[in-house]
Amino acid sequence: MTEQAAERVRKVALVGNPNVGKSVLFNALTGAYVTVSNYPGTSVEVSRGSSTIEGSPWEVIDTPGMYSIHTITEEERVAREILLHESPDVVIHVLDARNLERMLAMTIQLIEADLPVILVVNIMDEAERMGLTIDLKLLQEKLGIPVIGAATGRKRGLDEIRKCINGYVRETDQHRFLYSRLLEHDITEVCGLMQGDYILSRRALALLLMQQDDEITSIVRHKEGDAYAPLAEKVRAIAFDRRESFHLDLSLERKEIVRGIINGVFHAPEKRVVTLAERFSNLSVRPLTGVPLLLIVLYFGLYQFVGVFGAGTVVDFIEKKFFVELFNPWISGTVKNLIPWEIIQELFVGEYGIITLGIRYAVGIILPIVATFFIFFSFLEDTGYFPRLALLVDRVFKYFGLTGRAVIPMVLGFGCDTMATMVTRTLETTRERIIATILLSLTIPCSAQLGVIMSLLSKYPGALLVWSGCLLLLFFVVGLLAAKILPGEAPMFYMELPPMRLPQFGNVVTKTYTRMQWYFLEILPLFVIASVMLWLGKITGFFEKLVNAMTPVMASIGLPRESAVAFIFGFFRRDYGAAGLYELQTKGLMDARQLTVAAVTLTLFIPCVAQFLIMKKERGWRVAGAIGLFVTLLAFGSGYLLNKALLVTGLLA
Amino acid sequence: MKLTDHAEEILESMWIAIEEDGRGYADMVSIGISGDDPALKELVSNALVEIKGERLNFRPEGRREGEMTIRRHRLAERLMMDVLNIRGDSAEIKACQFEHLLNEGVDAKVCTMLNHPTTCPHGKRIPPGDCCHEARSSGDLGVVPLTELKSREEGEIAYIQTDDGKKMQKLMAMGVLPGNRIILLHSFPSYIFRVGFSEFAIDSAMAREIFVRR
Repeated sequence: MTEQAAERVRKVALVGNPNVGKSVLFNALTGAYVTVSNYPGTSVEVSRGSSTIEGSPWEVIDTPGMYSIHTITEEERVAREILLHESPDVVIHVLDARNLERMLAMTIQLIEADLPVILVVNIMDEAERMGLTIDLKLLQEKLGIPVIGAATGRKRGLDEIRKCINGYVRETDQHRFLYSRLLEHDITEVCGLMQGDYILSRRALALLLMQQDDEITSIVRHKEGDAYAPLAEKVRAIAFDRRESFHLDLSLERKEIVRGIINGVFHAPEKRVVTLAERFSNLSVRPLTGVPLLLIVLYFGLYQFVGVFGAGTVVDFIEKKFFVELFNPWISGTVKNLIPWEIIQELFVGEYGIITLGIRYAVGIILPIVATFFIFFSFLEDTGYFPRLALLVDRVFKYFGLTGRAVIPMVLGFGCDTMATMVTRTLETTRERIIATILLSLTIPCSAQLGVIMSLLSKYPGALLVWSGCLLLLFFVVGLLAAKILPGEAPMFYMELPPMRLPQFGNVVTKTYTRMQWYFLEILPLFVIASVMLWLGKITGFFEKLVNAMTPVMASIGLPRESAVAFIFGFFRRDYGAAGLYELQTKGLMDARQLTVAAVTLTLFIPCVAQFLIMKKERGWRVAGAIGLFVTLLAFGSGYLLNKALLVTGLLA
Repeated sequence: MKLTDHAEEILESMWIAIEEDGRGYADMVSIGISGDDPALKELVSNALVEIKGERLNFRPEGRREGEMTIRRHRLAERLMMDVLNIRGDSAEIKACQFEHLLNEGVDAKVCTMLNHPTTCPHGKRIPPGDCCHEARSSGDLGVVPLTELKSREEGEIAYIQTDDGKKMQKLMAMGVLPGNRIILLHSFPSYIFRVGFSEFAIDSAMAREIFVRR
């Protein structure tokens, strides 16, 4: 190796099926942290990190999960982009030892494409527990590429992987796997008509062309220029001849090749070992036991841990004991001593001061609630419970035009709707994404909001009932209507179920930490900006005008004019608004009916600024704008109706 | 004995009136034939049908013949709908023409191909033929969709039948390949199956498209 080559930063790309441990390996190689979860399809974006491996600089690229080099979903396409356009110096194919047979099909494709492949047979620990044995030496011999056994979750095999990456020298004669004579004939004919230079081998491209891969077709058309016409003609003729079952034939031929390779390499015990986790998994997917289990999880996780402990005990302690009694008086005094101008004092420690209001809300009320929620969510995510929950609710979600898959963003929405809106990306069709976005922005209260509203209404059990009844009703009605109105086909549901496992403490902590970090960086500036805006509004008198302007709207839904303030807060963040209501209630300005109406309207009301921005980013201006308008109208409309209904029936009076 | 098309149609009408509507006889006027119809003469001379005034009755061989004729008609309907994907009136007309070709063992072949269906597309019963009885007694349940398997039942994937190419590729990438062993673990609320060492959940729409040999 020349010195110049050593200077250049080389690239290593990690590819493989979803949920095989690519992200764990990425973290181990780079020291950076990508959210790792026991949930297929969580890395939607490509993560990059730089690292020094065995003394040389490397760029490590983590790709979303892909099942085959012939891509179907958006994530797979993103993953293949890396292989197509970045020509990585090493491609690491990570696969799950337990499913060696199924996943080797992609290794074959990577080798066939002439990529510099290293195979990492991961999750060896669990495979061993199941009594499987894999002869890695023999596998290496048969494949003609480096093969390493690993259990990246337990840091096994990492050194070998590092050595192998840095010392990678391409074998000049990687093995060729032969297909049937008929298919080989077709491949040869197509390859013979190709003239351009490609990153992937012609052989692989020929097969992709025959599979009618649009992206590859356009690349080849572009490269070949005039020579493309006869090539296209040939491909069309073959595709037509084999129209009955080309995909199937190819899969079967690959399966046959894999079977040959695996013969003598992979040994499974006669009898399947049934683990405790499998028994538990069984319980979680049967409605008879699964639904009670879900209720238990929700009761202890959401209600007891997040609601009672997070929003109650911890908030009481930090907000009341620390901020109101100790910190605020002290900081007010200090600021007033330092800054002589009253207006500036107001900015920091006034009624809407950055410190006394913004920071207090963010740290005292929102932080404990969100933190406990993320601990709960990360724990659950790592057990592998979510895919099971998804299949449990799939039938119900179908009525809303969604599949069980959408349960993940929905549950996450109870933590942070903004983050959940981002995760709707993992849904397959645009239609599902839009429906999920609507439901999230309308009916799912985020944890901060939930916590505040719970404590707000906890004194009136009836109010809590009315509030949750309204939200549930709207969730169903809007979901059903959206499924009816939005054009598009009913989605299909399929999902791989990862084995259930006990989460590792460190993993849950890091995951909660990264989520908290993201959340805090996102909300704190907004709270500060909100404080500044409110301060500006106050000193210019604009705020007063706005409150006046909103008074008729507030009056029409039966609320005192002071509550307008909470709604103006609510525009910045819904939880901020809810916290505003909390203040009003403490001052005794609202009765049970008004509180309920305000809570319902505010929960439905426009998502916080951050969520709106993400909606715009994910769905575009038009859709985001339409949803925003719809949500606002529906929120105040429902508030109006609810108020009338409560007045007429005399409920909660 | 090869009957004319029209004679077969009379047998069908009679069979519906007598066996399905349970009237005990068929009325010439209500099934729309006249006493001097040559097809009716043909049936009488073959000792299939007897005439008592305005009423028609089956003789034992006639009942059997009527049953097989109705069977051929309904098999033809299924063939039009399920396999050739022809629907509506044109399916009915084509079925009427097609049924007359389904004799001399062709019906058994078609019936086996359709996996011995028991009802026609309109929900009426298809009388079982010898092939159906044989299949039943030999326990050869043939190839069935995954939805028909019981929990914990195992089989070999026979084929995937779907119009949606992407769905097919997705399934194949998940290891749902003809020849692989598949175990159905649960069928409610979603279908959960195991291939190799992985478990997957799919909805019933997808489960209907995976065909398994038991």
